[in-house]
Amino acid sequence: MNVRHLVFGVACGAMLGVTPLATTAVAQDSIYVPLLTYRTGPFANSGIPIANGMHDYLAMLNERDGGIGGVKLNIEECETGYDTKKGVECYESIKGKNPTVINPYSTGITLQLIPKAAVDKIPILSMAYGLSASAIGEKFPWIFNPPATYWDGLSMIFRYIGGKEGGLDRLRGKTVGFIFLESGYGREPIPLLEQFAKDYGFNVKLYSVAGKEMQDQSAQWLAVRRDRPAWMIMWGWGAMNPTAVKRAAETNYPMDKFIGIWWSGSEDDARPAGPGGKGYLTLNLHGVGANYPAIHDIVKHVVGKGKSQVDKSKVGENLYNRGVYNSVLSAEAIRNAQKITGKKVVNGADVRRGLETLNISEARWKELGLPEFAAPITAVSCADHNGHHAAYMQQWDGTKWVKVSDWIVPMKDKVRPLLEAAATDYVTKNTGWPKRSEACDKQS
Amino acid sequence: MDLLYKIFLEPFVQMGTAPDLLVQTLWEGMVGGMLYALIALGFVLIFKASGVFNFAQGIMVVFAALTLIGLHAQGIPAFVALALTIAVMFALAWSVERIVLRPLVNQPDIILFMATFGITYFLIGFGELVFGGDPKTMITEELFLPKGSWDIKMLGGFVSLQKIDVAAAIIASIMVAVLSVFFSKTRIGRALRAVADSHKAALSVGISLEQIWVIVWFAAGLVALVTGIMWGARSNVSFALEIIALKALPVLILGGFTSIPGAIVGGLIIGVGEKLGEFYWGPLVGGGTDSWFAFVIALIFLMFRPQGLFGEKIIERV
Amino acid sequence: MLYREAGQYKTSYQADQAVFPLLQDRVGLLVILFVAYVVIPLTGNDFLINAVMTPFLIFSLAAIGLNLLTGYTGLLSLGSGAFMGVGAYACYKLTTYFPDVNIIIWIVASGFVAALVGAIFGLPSLRIKGFYLAIATLAAQFFLEWSFTRVAWLYNHNVSGAIEVPQRTLFGVPITGPNATAETRYLIVLTIVVGMTWVASNIVHGRIGRMWMAVRDMDIAAELMGIRLLPTKLLAFAVSSFYCGVAGAMMVFLWYGGAESTVFSINQSFTILFMIIIGGLGSLLGAYLGAALIFVLPIVLRFVPPKLGIPVHAATVEHITFMIVGALIIFFLIVEPHGLARLWQIGKQKLRVWPFPY
Repeated sequence: MNVRHLVFGVACGAMLGVTPLATTAVAQDSIYVPLLTYRTGPFANSGIPIANGMHDYLAMLNERDGGIGGVKLNIEECETGYDTKKGVECYESIKGKNPTVINPYSTGITLQLIPKAAVDKIPILSMAYGLSASAIGEKFPWIFNPPATYWDGLSMIFRYIGGKEGGLDRLRGKTVGFIFLESGYGREPIPLLEQFAKDYGFNVKLYSVAGKEMQDQSAQWLAVRRDRPAWMIMWGWGAMNPTAVKRAAETNYPMDKFIGIWWSGSEDDARPAGPGGKGYLTLNLHGVGANYPAIHDIVKHVVGKGKSQVDKSKVGENLYNRGVYNSVLSAEAIRNAQKITGKKVVNGADVRRGLETLNISEARWKELGLPEFAAPITAVSCADHNGHHAAYMQQWDGTKWVKVSDWIVPMKDKVRPLLEAAATDYVTKNTGWPKRSEACDKQS
Repeated sequence: MDLLYKIFLEPFVQMGTAPDLLVQTLWEGMVGGMLYALIALGFVLIFKASGVFNFAQGIMVVFAALTLIGLHAQGIPAFVALALTIAVMFALAWSVERIVLRPLVNQPDIILFMATFGITYFLIGFGELVFGGDPKTMITEELFLPKGSWDIKMLGGFVSLQKIDVAAAIIASIMVAVLSVFFSKTRIGRALRAVADSHKAALSVGISLEQIWVIVWFAAGLVALVTGIMWGARSNVSFALEIIALKALPVLILGGFTSIPGAIVGGLIIGVGEKLGEFYWGPLVGGGTDSWFAFVIALIFLMFRPQGLFGEKIIERV
Repeated sequence: MLYREAGQYKTSYQADQAVFPLLQDRVGLLVILFVAYVVIPLTGNDFLINAVMTPFLIFSLAAIGLNLLTGYTGLLSLGSGAFMGVGAYACYKLTTYFPDVNIIIWIVASGFVAALVGAIFGLPSLRIKGFYLAIATLAAQFFLEWSFTRVAWLYNHNVSGAIEVPQRTLFGVPITGPNATAETRYLIVLTIVVGMTWVASNIVHGRIGRMWMAVRDMDIAAELMGIRLLPTKLLAFAVSSFYCGVAGAMMVFLWYGGAESTVFSINQSFTILFMIIIGGLGSLLGAYLGAALIFVLPIVLRFVPPKLGIPVHAATVEHITFMIVGALIIFFLIVEPHGLARLWQIGKQKLRVWPFPY
């Protein structure tokens, strides 16, 4: 026996030892909901509250109702660190365990998973992030991004601006600044922004913030001081947000003209700026605060029993509720899937059908213990995986977020053609993109 | 033609028409540059005394700031927490010397360089485990650091100076002054310079290398703490701050690895250069240039003066 | 005793100069290749092949690339992540313009683009060395990374700013895109990596490799001996970037299936540098061993404790992984600064004389 072989044998053994880890059968009496989260890395400040919210709502369903439809949920977090490589690893490690729905929580990871989803028959819920074009259900049957795309978000911001200016045509000749994280996420709204600029005759100034500059941004805000845009729009994430709000306050930029997308609206984003942050606006998809019966239940069943990693004072903060909102969508889709198929233990393909028939009316929100928490989800369909639902504007009053607008409806007529074009573009560039073969269910 | 105009004329026209913005840019550049210089200073201290290129300086900044905030969050008064943090930095210096440097004595530079990567990774994991990954607000008020800004009307506009930046500049200058007095006047300082000149010669006259290393790592830890407080007050303290440490590297190229004045001058040049570059010329290429501008300046600089501004001339013998 | 070379006579210069002069080594290599080509594809599941073996091989190739530069020529580079990116984006552009040419040709060809870019950024290496050069390569890293997001042409003006891999086939079998099976992709990666390792082995054992090593050991002395420094160093940069570029193209086309510029960040460069330091500078075997340790270890750390029933939070595992990787780097540097490859050599020597001490 050659020792080299022996060593190699051991090495192989060690390698193969990894194998069974991934194949171990998951007990079939539970529904497996993996959560790709990030509590580490430069974006952890945004990732932690979302991870807590997502986990706690599902855990609460387990504690209070014994899962969904009497089946326990098997909730498992996989740490991605907002790193695409680790995200793909996570995906590979969970896809064998019959996951019902995957929440990647990173646009980068979502982009990697989009082509894989159709092959592996696992639906992906990239809630208001990811590839906007995946709203086109005809082309992306396995990807869902309700309640609204980034382009919807931008159009809602412009509706708000229009309301304040007294008509978008009043923007003619003015300047609108756009500060964004230098990444696919940050660049995504630019085409629509440029189209708006053409339609309404205003100038666009782009200020890009590289990941390394997230905590500095002084050059960008100096440029803002020079260009004096009438409005500033921000697409930021992670450590970029609090710094931007702080710099804006320092440059004496009028905060009530500074609007962030829903990912720039954490309490921790506005708070460090102190009193200077007062007036900062962001879009939001759902209510903030812990004053909802369902969130009381979370506190009672999960947080109170020490089953959560959340700091009790942070329950009900914006991004925590974002996580809850995300999990409500997942849970409702699973419930729907159970209703459609009549099965108790559903799989990914069933939940895909559940997502396509997702329908959370106002009454349903109330039943869930979240009255008036969010706009009713009524427009998701086989053709439209997004629904283009409404959001509202919230303003920082120095200590908390205050709702300052009604629900704003996106300009679907402007967004939808762009989405169609982007989806067609995606499909033509990816030769061999599969045609949709999945049947369409009736709305339940 | 249009391009040439945009490169060579327009920026200067802008500087002339809005001089307040130019002053503001210069000021922001100097503040940013000073913070780079502080990080670079930590590198230089360690490199001089032990020839170690300490990649962990950036994470030491984060770690020191987090320790301070973490201790304060436990209900310890701010200045006691500050003292305890200094003690922690000493413990860190001591353990680095004991666990990492001593067994690696006499190894090639690159091995020691890699070892500091190990320290970096360890501290990232340890820091996140203990303090959590969420960002924290620096306890500026408790440390009696000023808040707010002075808006000075001048040149047909205004220049806004953040009080915290002014304070940072003063504290940094005091610290550099103290360090240089320490190095030139005290016994330990002289020993340190002896070690920097030649390890072997220093050993032969009875200077304890181990002791010196603990001292320089401790000094670098103190510099890191000050940097962490200042930078933390400018934005907030999170692990994202670690990336900024990379900005200190071109500063080192400009200033030379062994020169303290070099680090400061280099820092200011890089800080001002990249802000001016981004502000006036950045829009030509779509902005965001400050992520690499400093490095390209350094690269071009290297072509002409490989040893840096104040570095010693490299003489090679076969 | 166990690793006997007695009785293996070399009867020609050729035999004496062989890369693997010993029969045991040759047999061992064949066994490894057999396992890699036959056993793993047949027995491994998707996770092993897709999330462990394929990336391991790709990282090994990148590590070989960096090792040619840092380990053999002594030029420290922190830009390998960006050069991988150049390969990936070059391959993407090439296959966009010429979709009918086989993708494997483009994957290899994209290495030449990376080589060109690498050589350009290698120019300062004539004047500067050591840490100064390392920082100069950071300029390449950051500039290229910035270009990947800023130059929309590179990603075909995609709204998402990412590159997506189209489906391409080889003999009618899809090898890229979502429909390619893990096994096909693995086998292609394996073949490319094995082939390029063989080439690298020949380069470093030949005249070029000796020139590089002479430059590494003392460049002035090498110059006096008649080695022209600039071409030699630039060649090292070009070849190294070629390897990194191919690795990058494979990473996107045969593993990820799409990428954003953040994939090629500075952290990628550091990871690869760790691999060669842990594995052993100036050793091809070391590149493999280092890649295995640095890449596989975190996976094991992440997936083993939960299986043993130790309940840990995903984030805690991540923190501990960081700590362990950091501690391991220090540990290995202290125990064996020349890396795992050197440990393997020592082990081999021990086996040779076993059971005698020497």
